[in-house]
Amino acid sequence: MALLNIKNLTVKFATATGSFTAVDGIDVHVDRGEVLAIVGESGSGKSVSMLAVMGLLPDTATITADEMTYDGRDISKLSKADRRQLIGREITMIFQEPVASLNPSFTVGFQIEEVLRLNLGMSRREARAKALDLFRSVGIPEPEVKIKSYPHQMSGGQCQRVMIAMAIASNPRLLIADEPTTALDVTIQKQILDLLMKLQEDYGMALILITHDMGVVAETADRVVVQYKGKKMEEADVLSLFEAPQNPYTRALLAALPEHATGDRLPTVSDFFQQEVAG
Amino acid sequence: MTESVPVVEGRAIVQDYHVPGSMFSSGRLVRALKGIDFSVAKGQTLAIVGESGSGKSTLARIIALIDAPSEGELRIEGKPVDVSKHRPGPEMRSKVQMVFQNPYGSLNPRQKIGDVLMEPLVINTAVPAGERRDRAEAMLKKVGLQPEHFNRYPHMFSGGQRQRIAIARALMLNPSLLVLDEPVSALDLSVQAQVLNLLADLQDEFDLTYVFVSHDLSVVRYIADEVMVISKGEAVETGSREAVFTNPQHPYTKSLFAATPVTDVEAIRARVARRKAARQALPA
Repeated sequence: MALLNIKNLTVKFATATGSFTAVDGIDVHVDRGEVLAIVGESGSGKSVSMLAVMGLLPDTATITADEMTYDGRDISKLSKADRRQLIGREITMIFQEPVASLNPSFTVGFQIEEVLRLNLGMSRREARAKALDLFRSVGIPEPEVKIKSYPHQMSGGQCQRVMIAMAIASNPRLLIADEPTTALDVTIQKQILDLLMKLQEDYGMALILITHDMGVVAETADRVVVQYKGKKMEEADVLSLFEAPQNPYTRALLAALPEHATGDRLPTVSDFFQQEVAG
Repeated sequence: MTESVPVVEGRAIVQDYHVPGSMFSSGRLVRALKGIDFSVAKGQTLAIVGESGSGKSTLARIIALIDAPSEGELRIEGKPVDVSKHRPGPEMRSKVQMVFQNPYGSLNPRQKIGDVLMEPLVINTAVPAGERRDRAEAMLKKVGLQPEHFNRYPHMFSGGQRQRIAIARALMLNPSLLVLDEPVSALDLSVQAQVLNLLADLQDEFDLTYVFVSHDLSVVRYIADEVMVISKGEAVETGSREAVFTNPQHPYTKSLFAATPVTDVEAIRARVARRKAARQALPA
């Protein structure tokens, strides 16, 4: 059975010029221990659909869905208190800008211990010990020293490790990572992706990876959903997607990768849509 | 390589930044570039590759005559240029132009696109007003926009269109050298492809020389003739694209290649198989 199951999700935003549909009838499901990648370019609604699940959208958003269940429970009908039990414990999320996700006024140790005390009811002493454990498991060097650092004293890669440590503190069953490596250098990206994949296997958690980068998809995903302008274009296991993409948009995305360039020119998305219309 | 003079040449370029001290600490000197040599022949593309903090943008700013290097010599078409002593004149400014990474930050939101394109002509040339407008409209067409975009403001354009405008502005003075600092890294993949195609077309049409700064090896592989890998202010490897990509010598270059995601079907097949095996090894 699917861990998270969403059917026909639509998210509309009320704007000054009328209603804008950011997500248009998307189905998403993820199984236990599975890595799902949601791929799309800016404006494809890939982040919005997951923010809707987390309940992180502003009041201007109208969310409708035929089904929105986590582990058989209907998320949309949960009370606020029940929702808090679920979000941040069983389902956690990390974001693109690790430095901006942390509060600059508090040490990273304080921030991770706050999560442990509030969410897991630990004492200060227990929280400190657990925080050090988590820092070790996400590969932060000298955890005893780093736990007293402020976010600006750490690199972007280390801040992202702190965010991951916070996100896995409660042994979540689903981690949603929204462009977790986009702000990072390629060597650091590799380390963070390796860490996420290792934790995903060790903890047996499901991972939803939101990304625009086909390279990240190729290196991590079991299954892939391709989104474009709020609609799902294609869904396939990672190998079939790269081997035999069915949708013209997916083919265009793969062909636009510079490493796949065969001639002098890179094919663009409009080339593919024109072919489709002509053919 | 032809016998002609390189369009741009640098010898032992050094850049120091002085970090001011505070009440509790004394200032110190940071050497951002530690003696870089390079030269680019006409019509060629030199790609400068490095991670954040490597000094690649510092070098780009020196080549674009924005900053003066602390030490070393920069020659443009064989002529030594020292920005710290003489402000480069209109003639020198016309030869070297730059395109920045973020097209949202590099266009004045209150300036119409037409004015954006005509401003370099106003400052650096004596072209009459009527002709300025014709040239700006022609350039809009060259970069794949329409003459009717002339009176619009930057916020009315998408990221890819803005980068086309930034490229058009850089080309208004018919430069021989274009310094591109991460010109496609803020763009979506499909838009990135369009802009890279445009850059390739313009290079052929105007016989342009590019210095292309990037952290993305797949883009570099597509666009570069020569590649220079820099790390912590030092050029650790230089060579033709083929040499660097097929047979990287320096450990840092190798580590960059190892970290770059592979989108090859065989690699994915191997990874999926590994994962399946690891799962079956676990007790259900």
